[in-house]
Amino acid sequence: MKYIDEFRDRKLIGKVARQIREAVKPRRACRFMEVCGTHTMSIFRFGLKEILPGNITLISGPGCPVCVTPNAFLDKAIALAGMKGVIVTTFGDMLRVPGSYSTLEKEKAKFNSVRMVYSTDDALDMARRNPDKEVVFIGIGFETTSPTVARSILTAGKEKIKNYSVLCGHKTMPQALRALLDDKKIGIDGLLLPGHVSAIIGVKPYEFLVKDKSKGCIIAGFEPLDIMQAILMLVKQKGPKLEVQYTRVIEKNGNPLARKAIGEVFQKADSEWRGLGIVKDSGLEINKKYSFFDAEKRFKLNVKPPKENKNCICGDVLKGIKTPEDCRLFGKACAPEHPVGACMVSGEGSCAAYYKYKARVYA
Amino acid sequence: MCLGIPMRLVKINGDEGMAESGGLKRAANLSLLKDARVGDYILIHAGFAIEKLKTEEARKTLKALREIGA
Amino acid sequence: MHKITLSHGSGGKLMHQLIDSVFMKELDNKTLNQKKDSAILTIGRKKLAFTTDSYVVKPIFFPGGDIGSMAVYGTVNDLSVCGAKPLFISLGLIIEEGLDKSILEKIIKSIKLAAKRSGVEVVTGDTKVVEKGSCDKIFVNTSGIGEVYYRNLAVENIRPGDSVIVSGGIGEHSISVLSKREGIAFGTEVKSDSAPLNGMINRLLSSSGGVKFMRDPTRGGLATTLNEIVRSRRFGIAVNEEDVPVTRGVRQACELLGFDPLYLACEGRVIVIVSSKSAGKVLSVMRKDPNGKGSRIIGEVCGENKGFVYLNTTSGGRRILEMLSGDQLPRIC
Repeated sequence: MKYIDEFRDRKLIGKVARQIREAVKPRRACRFMEVCGTHTMSIFRFGLKEILPGNITLISGPGCPVCVTPNAFLDKAIALAGMKGVIVTTFGDMLRVPGSYSTLEKEKAKFNSVRMVYSTDDALDMARRNPDKEVVFIGIGFETTSPTVARSILTAGKEKIKNYSVLCGHKTMPQALRALLDDKKIGIDGLLLPGHVSAIIGVKPYEFLVKDKSKGCIIAGFEPLDIMQAILMLVKQKGPKLEVQYTRVIEKNGNPLARKAIGEVFQKADSEWRGLGIVKDSGLEINKKYSFFDAEKRFKLNVKPPKENKNCICGDVLKGIKTPEDCRLFGKACAPEHPVGACMVSGEGSCAAYYKYKARVYA
Repeated sequence: MCLGIPMRLVKINGDEGMAESGGLKRAANLSLLKDARVGDYILIHAGFAIEKLKTEEARKTLKALREIGA
Repeated sequence: MHKITLSHGSGGKLMHQLIDSVFMKELDNKTLNQKKDSAILTIGRKKLAFTTDSYVVKPIFFPGGDIGSMAVYGTVNDLSVCGAKPLFISLGLIIEEGLDKSILEKIIKSIKLAAKRSGVEVVTGDTKVVEKGSCDKIFVNTSGIGEVYYRNLAVENIRPGDSVIVSGGIGEHSISVLSKREGIAFGTEVKSDSAPLNGMINRLLSSSGGVKFMRDPTRGGLATTLNEIVRSRRFGIAVNEEDVPVTRGVRQACELLGFDPLYLACEGRVIVIVSSKSAGKVLSVMRKDPNGKGSRIIGEVCGENKGFVYLNTTSGGRRILEMLSGDQLPRIC
């Protein structure tokens, strides 16, 4: 068992697709949201939309940090990159995401002060090796990633790595889902829930989706067979239920060590999402005990007020209420080379994918 | 939102592990994992092992899929 | 304020925009407009191919090669895919002050060996030394001249039904270099595919008349090069993912970093577009060559989806393969 190829078996995928087709026949149309950006990537990469029957529509949700991180946060990261003696370390994901006025990639070109890392361990190493520089890590991502950042702060505390700090932009998933589903107009019949976030937080935090919102939910893995099986489970549900497809990874209570790390370093905070606005308690901030490592407290950041385009309707696209073509900016002010909204920022966001497939029309 | 890849744990030194897959080796931080053992398949996200993979469950999933509609 | 970023140099969309908006705008002429790997020049009765390329790679020594041999092979290959026999190359060096002389000697020895292996002579050169920090260790430029011996290579010859061949595993160069880079480093068995292709190309061109066009998938990888071929043409290309050779080491590294191997650079691979009738013959000639052992037919030219490259995925799905938009970055989501 290698846990990859087995779950990409073309024959099995074809078989599950036929089952889905059978099961969905009596229904008119189903709109499912894949909450997680990594699901979106897999669906795109393996071309799964072409295998699914036409009456199933998949909508990309808010689970992509690249998409939902607001301009205001990026502007701060970009300001840090322009400060003397500062090395900004970031996951590659954030390098090209536009803030109000620039991107980290452009600042890298100007100041040579931005380094891409694969792990917070690499950022800590950079801090150890450059004691005369301030090394700031751009902390983005959801519950899967925040424990790794929490660990880096704990290690920095233990080893007294004083030139390390974190610009904290972490978000939490359940609160965002609640905010999304609070909109009565929402056009979503069921959700594929993020397998790796669930590996940390477990199953319980999603129970409200069934109880309060009456949505069927499947916690799904990321290989094509995982996604196809999860969709099959959704169309077969009689009445909303919360089920786990990704059983080879998910523990009912998640990963206690990871949750402990989050709890030690962070506390809940309101957080702004591109497309959704400010969502109560949907983010994390560094708590008082570890505030020494909070880049926002360490540096005096001089940031111009963020610029957001008021005509952007990404929030409604995320909710499945509107399509990209309903947006006045789509294909004009907002395009993959100069994205405005969350859904265009990542190459696989709803609007970017839409744009790509309509490329002939808009070229 | 979270890429995670399964790799086999081949070496453990405290919280530092070495993971291998398809001839590729990479350091894996084990501080978020309880009772990691050499030979375990672990799920790696951003350099950290976040969970172990359960062979038995993986087999069950595949078996169920093969039996669908059979 | 517009700045040139690394993405402008990665061989994708942004680079093409830069070429059109700056270089073509100012320097436009008939030869340059052809946008080939080499300029084809007619001098008397002879047709010559002329090309230039600069090499910056970090680290300068990587598994399977180094900046010196890569600079020779790159230029040799750019000439070869235009149906030319590479003859002479120039060598321009920009060296950062403080570089160990032994490193320079090692690179020059590697260049000597690479030139010998590909049957070219280094006939002129230039050296500049710049202040520390003005370049990274050493940058190499090579230009090359070759004599065109096969004149029937042109995108215009491509027809629906033609086969698309790639000469071996893709992305090995990129992965070998990345595996040694700070902040990403990982252990891998993957070695760069950097190699001279003139021998193999010569044999395949003399074996069959069915070859229509060739190109080496360097920056931007297979997907970007195929897009360059179909761009504003009256045909598309359909690629079968399961036929694309990707070694397990490359595949695994791609899983780890969130990369798509179809966009990774090769330095010793060639894409050959050949009539379906001649494809078998060409394939068997290529496979006999040490640099073409892994050759495979990966797809075909089609009349529909004009101007697009399509991928039939291993899972039985389908997607558009776009041109690279800025270098791939390691990602966690």
